[in-house]
Amino acid sequence: MTALPGSQSGIRLDRKAVSRLLLVAAVLLLIGRNHLPAGLLRLPEAAVIPFADWINIGFAFLRDDLGLMTLTRAFADVVEFLLDITANLLYGKSRWPNLGPIPWVAIAGTAAVLGHALGGWRLAALAGGTFVWIAVMGQWKWAMETLSVIIVASPLSILLGLLLGSLAWRSKLAEQILNPLLNIAQSLPHFAYMIPVVVFIGVGPKAGAIVTIIFSVPPMIRMTLLGLRAVSPEIIESGKMSGATRWQLMTRVRLPAARTELLIGVNQVIMQSLAMVVLASFIGMPGLGQKLLQLLQALKIGLSVEIGITVVMLAIVLDRLSKAWAHQQPEHHDVGASWLARHRMLALWLVVLLAAFALSFVDPYFVEVERKQALSLAVPVDAAVNGFITLVNPVTDWLRWFLITWVLIPLRDSFLALPVASVLIGLAAVGWRIGGRRSALICLAFVLPIAMSGWWDRAMITVYMVFVSVALALMLGLPLGVLGSSRPERAGRLLLICDTLQTFPSFIYLIPVIMLFGVNDVAVVAAVVVFATVPIVRYTIEGLRNVPAETIEAAAMSGANQRQILWQVRLPLAVPTMLVGANQSVMFALFMVIIAAFIGTQDLGQEMQRALSSTDVGKGLTLGLAVAFMGLTVDHLLLTWSRNRNRELRGLNG
Amino acid sequence: MLVVMGLSGSGKSTLVRCLARLIDATSGSVTIEGNDIGAMTESQLIDLRRRKMGMVFQSFGLLPHRTALENVAFPLEMRGQDRVSRIARAREMLALVGLAGREGYFPRELSGGQQQRVGIARSLAVEPDIWFLDEPFSALDPLIRREMQDEFLRLKGMMAKTIVFITHDFDEAIRLADRIAIMKDGAVEQCDTPERIVMAPATDYVAKFTSAVDRSRVVHAGALVVPVEGRSVQGPAVDAGDTLHALARQLLCDMRDHIPVTAPNGAMLGLLDRAAAVDIILGPET
Ligand SMILES: Nc1ncnc2c1ncn2[C@@H]1O[C@H](COP(=O)(O)OP(=O)(O)OP(=O)(O)O)[C@@H](O)[C@H]1O
Ligand SMILES: [Mg+2]
Repeated sequence: MTALPGSQSGIRLDRKAVSRLLLVAAVLLLIGRNHLPAGLLRLPEAAVIPFADWINIGFAFLRDDLGLMTLTRAFADVVEFLLDITANLLYGKSRWPNLGPIPWVAIAGTAAVLGHALGGWRLAALAGGTFVWIAVMGQWKWAMETLSVIIVASPLSILLGLLLGSLAWRSKLAEQILNPLLNIAQSLPHFAYMIPVVVFIGVGPKAGAIVTIIFSVPPMIRMTLLGLRAVSPEIIESGKMSGATRWQLMTRVRLPAARTELLIGVNQVIMQSLAMVVLASFIGMPGLGQKLLQLLQALKIGLSVEIGITVVMLAIVLDRLSKAWAHQQPEHHDVGASWLARHRMLALWLVVLLAAFALSFVDPYFVEVERKQALSLAVPVDAAVNGFITLVNPVTDWLRWFLITWVLIPLRDSFLALPVASVLIGLAAVGWRIGGRRSALICLAFVLPIAMSGWWDRAMITVYMVFVSVALALMLGLPLGVLGSSRPERAGRLLLICDTLQTFPSFIYLIPVIMLFGVNDVAVVAAVVVFATVPIVRYTIEGLRNVPAETIEAAAMSGANQRQILWQVRLPLAVPTMLVGANQSVMFALFMVIIAAFIGTQDLGQEMQRALSSTDVGKGLTLGLAVAFMGLTVDHLLLTWSRNRNRELRGLNG
Repeated sequence: MLVVMGLSGSGKSTLVRCLARLIDATSGSVTIEGNDIGAMTESQLIDLRRRKMGMVFQSFGLLPHRTALENVAFPLEMRGQDRVSRIARAREMLALVGLAGREGYFPRELSGGQQQRVGIARSLAVEPDIWFLDEPFSALDPLIRREMQDEFLRLKGMMAKTIVFITHDFDEAIRLADRIAIMKDGAVEQCDTPERIVMAPATDYVAKFTSAVDRSRVVHAGALVVPVEGRSVQGPAVDAGDTLHALARQLLCDMRDHIPVTAPNGAMLGLLDRAAAVDIILGPET
């Protein structure tokens, strides 16, 4: 016990010293940058590795020599067949089985009954209301195009996730292979998924569906693995003692017992699908996303607000429904209850359907809302927005000017002025300080390839945008979180808002900022700031709230006042949780910066868009991996820091 | 009926899991009706469990997504019994453990004691020949525990079987056991009748383990019988099957040095040394 602290502080001193040494070297390189050889400022041409060409060769091999193309096309045909069925049923596309369109009142009614079954009348009102809104606003076709992809893609990716998750659970090797792949997959930006799909499948709805499937599988794999691991061993043993075979054990004991985790996985799949399907408009996926993209590019604010509201309501409904399903607990019926009592929801649904079809016979309005019958908010919204903008214009103009001239441009220039060597060594210093030699090496392993890919300048622009945004998000989010956690009911309300904001597809955040700032860097930064503030507020509240009451009482008994308790006790104890929030914030910011590229940035995202339009897989994946590696570096650093800090604190508490 | 006892972590659960081959023993073998279960194939083992074994788990091990009825019917479902007959059988078992009317409840909606009864009903559904119970009553409060013990004795009387019962509670062990095995560090220290465990501990550990036990509740009058050897035999006799605890008041008031003891069939067995018996009831003189 006595030797341990000594040796620990020995290591820590050592870490500090090494890290300081590296930092000094980095600063020296920076100061002397004018006298440095060019090879240290930017890697020499010779050191740039043509990753893109390699990847392209690999893909060409997969496509042409291995015949993967036929396989993917076959899979795509199956997906297309399913898409046609849903398209026919939901909005009457003339395909087999030629039954549709189902009247929109029937679908809205079904949604309401589903909401009622899962979460009572409020959810029923929300779910039913959303579909009524969609119909009367004349957005039915677009929304159903979007929804049909989700309906087809989610089950497939749930199935895929279950299979891969079970595989990883059964075989250690599979887990070891899958784990790093999942890590990279979850930090690859959306566009990086699209480019290979365009190469293999082309553009259009089925490409949109397939990219959605691929994108939403990882969380399901994770949750399957987690759920299967968490089943209590006694439940499994009781299954074994009942004489279950392996298959029976899996299907009737393990998977049902992991129900909650699996359904949370389902929730994540659905939300990821929605986020992706909206973005898939970039590869020709019709629906709400495409409409929104067109309207935004034409700066039609009123109409895009209408679509934005639909997307947001759809997101909330899908999230609430699937979460309610996950947390639903089975309940018994009284002995001798009648069929009606046992199947109340089914009966209700039948009644609602009957009423809906009756309505649709009375008036075709209840089958399909014609374009000219649709309501629109665009005119009043546009008027209101215009009024608002003239009101705040002086402020936003000044803000835009100030930010661009005094913050963004100087910062961007200084990020670009950093010599590569200086950045690498500085990063190693940070890594060493946080996690010793191992972390330093991990950071270098992630960042060196970015330097060698030849996209360093673009990457630095991405870094600068993320840096500015996260810094602003911290300035906003930390005080908000501290304020929010001061009273329990307020904290609850803020957490609910954060949860809801997090379910929105990232695309949505662009509507208000474009409205306020127009199309430029400031708009991008503003969108990213809003998006990245959410996790910071959330985790700050959680961290502050989870400080044990006893610790706070002990501090109060020592005579600390509220202020001292906050600064000396609660904040330090909340730091590990807040670091997790900061990490998520950086991830969100990275994704958002890349997505915002279509507004016109000069970073990796912009290049990725170009790669997308020229279907250059090699370039696209190289850029995607560069983004993923930046994310993984930050992820590694912040999470290691958080873990170490947590260990220290728990050590302190005894 | 064997009761297994021992401190926490002494390997009691591990022992029954080996007996049921939920885990493989590293050495030694378990034979059931002449067959080594360690050498069985998976399908043989599954068959054995479906027909011959039942197990009650320390923390119930109920399937959360199934009603009480479906939980009890689960082993029958596994062996492919048809729906109607397995539901009927499960109903019968639930009624047996006093849960009639709760068939449709989910485990989450039942109290700890009720859940344990569902576990017991499930383990009995296949009419096992070998019945394992891992601390079945430890999660219950004393009142319900007592009730469950009575119920258990009733069930045990109804179906004669090999039973392995794990408990921490010596009183429980005495009430239920034919034989008790005391375990320490993964090995059995002594396996004997309750009386001999208390009166003739094989090791110091067993002696220490049983030191706090109220001997008078364990020892029967028959165990202290000495031959008559010409001493006078007079007055009313006591029953050899009664514990000293049950006889305590009579023994303390009786003035005879030696009291005759008879077997349940009335045959004379010998004499009970009253001084020795009183020593056991009150503790030795100091
Ligand atoms: N004979 C043995 N050989 C190897 N390991 C053993 C043996 N006996 C027990 N153990 C180990 O000891 C640990 C505790 O054993 P077990 O769970 O059987 O204790 P227990 O007596 O049931 O305790 P509790 O009363 O708390 O339920 C287990 O991890 C088991 O692996
Ligand atoms: Mg145990």
